[in-house]
Amino acid sequence: MSIQVQGVTKTFGEFVALDDVSLDIASGELVALLSPSGSGKTTLLRVIAGLEWPDAGRVLFHGEDATDTHARERRVGFVFQHYALFRHMTVSENVAFGLRVRPRPVRPSEAAIRAKVQDLLELVQLGWLGERYPHQLSGGQRQRIALARALAVEPRVLLLDEPFGALDANVRKQLRRWLRRLHDEVHVTTVFVTHDQDEAMAVADRVVIMNHGRLEQVGTPEQVRAAPATEFVRAFLADDDGDASGIIPSWQPEPSFSSRTAHAMSSGRVPLLG
Amino acid sequence: MSAVTLRRRSVLPGFELALGFTLLYLGLIVLVPLSATLLKTLTLSWEAFWDAVSAPRVVASYRLSFGAAALAAAINAVFGLVVAWVLVRYRFPGRRLVDALVDLPFALPTAVAGIALTAIYSQNGWIGRLLEPLGLKVAFTPAGVLIALVFVGLPFVVRTVQPVLEDLEPELEEAAATLGAGRWQTWRRVLLPAIAPALITGFALAFARALGEYGSVIFIAGNMPMVSEITPLLIITKLEQYDYAGATALAVVMLAASFLLLLLINYLQWRSRKQDLSS
Amino acid sequence: MAKPQARSFELTWGDFLPPEAYVGDKAPTARVGARQEPAAVRWLLIGSALAFLVLFLFLPLAAVFHEALKKGWDVYVAAIAEPDALAAIRLTLLAALIAVPLNTVFGVAAAWAIAKFDFRGKNLLTTLIDLPFSVSPVISGLIYVLLFGAQGWLGPWLQEHGLKVIFAVPGIVLATVFVTFPFVARELIPLMQAQGREEEEAAVVLGARGWDLFRRVTLPNIKWGLLYGVILCNARAMGEFGAVSVVSGHIRGSTNTLPLQVEILYNEYQFAAAFAVASLLALLALVTLAVKGIAERRLAS
Repeated sequence: MSIQVQGVTKTFGEFVALDDVSLDIASGELVALLSPSGSGKTTLLRVIAGLEWPDAGRVLFHGEDATDTHARERRVGFVFQHYALFRHMTVSENVAFGLRVRPRPVRPSEAAIRAKVQDLLELVQLGWLGERYPHQLSGGQRQRIALARALAVEPRVLLLDEPFGALDANVRKQLRRWLRRLHDEVHVTTVFVTHDQDEAMAVADRVVIMNHGRLEQVGTPEQVRAAPATEFVRAFLADDDGDASGIIPSWQPEPSFSSRTAHAMSSGRVPLLG
Repeated sequence: MSAVTLRRRSVLPGFELALGFTLLYLGLIVLVPLSATLLKTLTLSWEAFWDAVSAPRVVASYRLSFGAAALAAAINAVFGLVVAWVLVRYRFPGRRLVDALVDLPFALPTAVAGIALTAIYSQNGWIGRLLEPLGLKVAFTPAGVLIALVFVGLPFVVRTVQPVLEDLEPELEEAAATLGAGRWQTWRRVLLPAIAPALITGFALAFARALGEYGSVIFIAGNMPMVSEITPLLIITKLEQYDYAGATALAVVMLAASFLLLLLINYLQWRSRKQDLSS
Repeated sequence: MAKPQARSFELTWGDFLPPEAYVGDKAPTARVGARQEPAAVRWLLIGSALAFLVLFLFLPLAAVFHEALKKGWDVYVAAIAEPDALAAIRLTLLAALIAVPLNTVFGVAAAWAIAKFDFRGKNLLTTLIDLPFSVSPVISGLIYVLLFGAQGWLGPWLQEHGLKVIFAVPGIVLATVFVTFPFVARELIPLMQAQGREEEEAAVVLGARGWDLFRRVTLPNIKWGLLYGVILCNARAMGEFGAVSVVSGHIRGSTNTLPLQVEILYNEYQFAAAFAVASLLALLALVTLAVKGIAERRLAS
């Protein structure tokens, strides 16, 4: 499911969050929206999701104008920065939510729902946590449940708002690798928002760098590093470059996130996440 | 000064003075009189006590006091929730004024409320006039008791639910929407369970308040034994007849109910504080 | 419908795809936010809430003033200037002037002990302080009758010494103190607990002592909470009916507070006068609400 954003502008009172933003995202791509805090990237994500209405411009999904469509009809999966898990429901009930609220004609049977929920929990390697409550989980676990919940309804597009922002550094690194693998397996068009450039560069197919509500540059991580289009991009990437010294380690292909590997992982023979 | 082993040492002054005065005052004003009442009951034989608290007229008064209080609290739970929602989520002219006025039952003396409600619902009152042709009488019937109890309990549910609604994460509703839930489904499956504890606490508070209410009820109630007589009035009637034993027995029953409610409410509030901390 | 689910980790995309009609085919909806109800529902809810509040709050308030002024301004003033009414005003003020400061001092002391120190039995103490809140007003008066009444424990002793508590002013004051007992404490305890001890400890290290410490460090921090508690305490003290009714002798001109005076006038069918006196209490209620609103706003900031 491709996404086209055309000329979207969004203001909050005096503050211009998005200024005539246009962007094309191909079906199956994994795109990162990267910028320092407060530059409108979360707003753009929310406009795509239908959680904000743009003041001007359009959002199209696969060529269809979705600008006036309500969030619940867009079939987007949204993962919030602070997970937004339903506290009074178990993990399984959280993941099953999207399926249970379907209108009766299109709702799967209880047995089918439970099977699907279990599959998803095992996909995120938390099959054993189904009966726990969110407050009993760690931050990293909650984030994976939030992802499983979003995936349950088979969204056309997956949107993640600073998904690892609230987690500590080690967990972030593990989860970002894991997200990449998941995307390789599932192939849903994915857009995620981050202010961490290492994260964006390591995970995304393409990176969209924003500043003050405008797009500065769009390109693959290599393109953006090699040829910064504006002074802002150059300065932003030069910041906290640490020890990379300009050479980007290219994305190492890893064994595919296949069922055999996943089996092995979940049985403890191959440690993935602690 | 010798170390006080009942508490951790502290550098702040005035502990003994403050606690001493507190306990003394509490004892004199609250504990001694309450104990006197309980002890007085012990002078009654069990049969006399039982006769006093289970006489038909008394039981009828329980039915009215407890029943009307429960129903009034339920009405307040429903409408209080609507009011709290409307005050927190919507903007309309006069919202701030309305918000401040919700506390009126806290501030208005019960006798004033009593005569005002009677004036409104009696036969030529503003509302009584409209109900008369329909054959509905409110003043001087149990319905009047219900109206008065709704008034006194009104702020409890609103003020207990409002802060919870205000603190509700918007992301929860957005998550439900992106997952395909309609507004009513979001309300039923996500919002209502989240505010249920506060709603129950508010109900319990309104119920406790309505249970012992006297001033706003006796004007509009009619006060006919077996029909529209509340338990507090019965206690006063017994006092006026110098039936101290009977009055005390009834008082003990009501005190026991109040105390149980107090424990329940404290428990509910403790539980909700625990849940807040663990999430 | 769905093909049998093999337990594999490949997401069986497509089994649950709803019919095409469900996807993107809808007419554009009116722009209702993800967290909003349709406009019709919104206005229905607002309407219901306002109707409920008008019925139960506005109408009674309006009725008090309407009935009070029904017979004209002169009748109104005459009712208030009547000697019995003035005596009732005096007694009400007296009861409040004793009960409120006493309970304020208590509230501060209790909050100081509970919030700034750790000791066993704190929870029990807090629950006991809350007791008067949960006791019916009539019972609040009854317990003093049982203690100080002619047939009470101390009855004979009081009679011997020619002292009257019940059916006299001291009884009224006592009952008022009881029913307004927790107001200030309930407000200050959570406030002072939330504010912690660090400021006071810092002040002690800097050499502040006793009363000075309280006045300079604690008091400025709690002043709005204190005001809030005091104003509610006062409203209840002046408006208490049930408890005072039990301990008062209903003797016009000497043991009647304003609420009791309202009752007497009403029972004698002097409606305009009853409402006139009631209107004074209603005005007090409005002032209370106003001060409460101000204190709340300052507290929140």
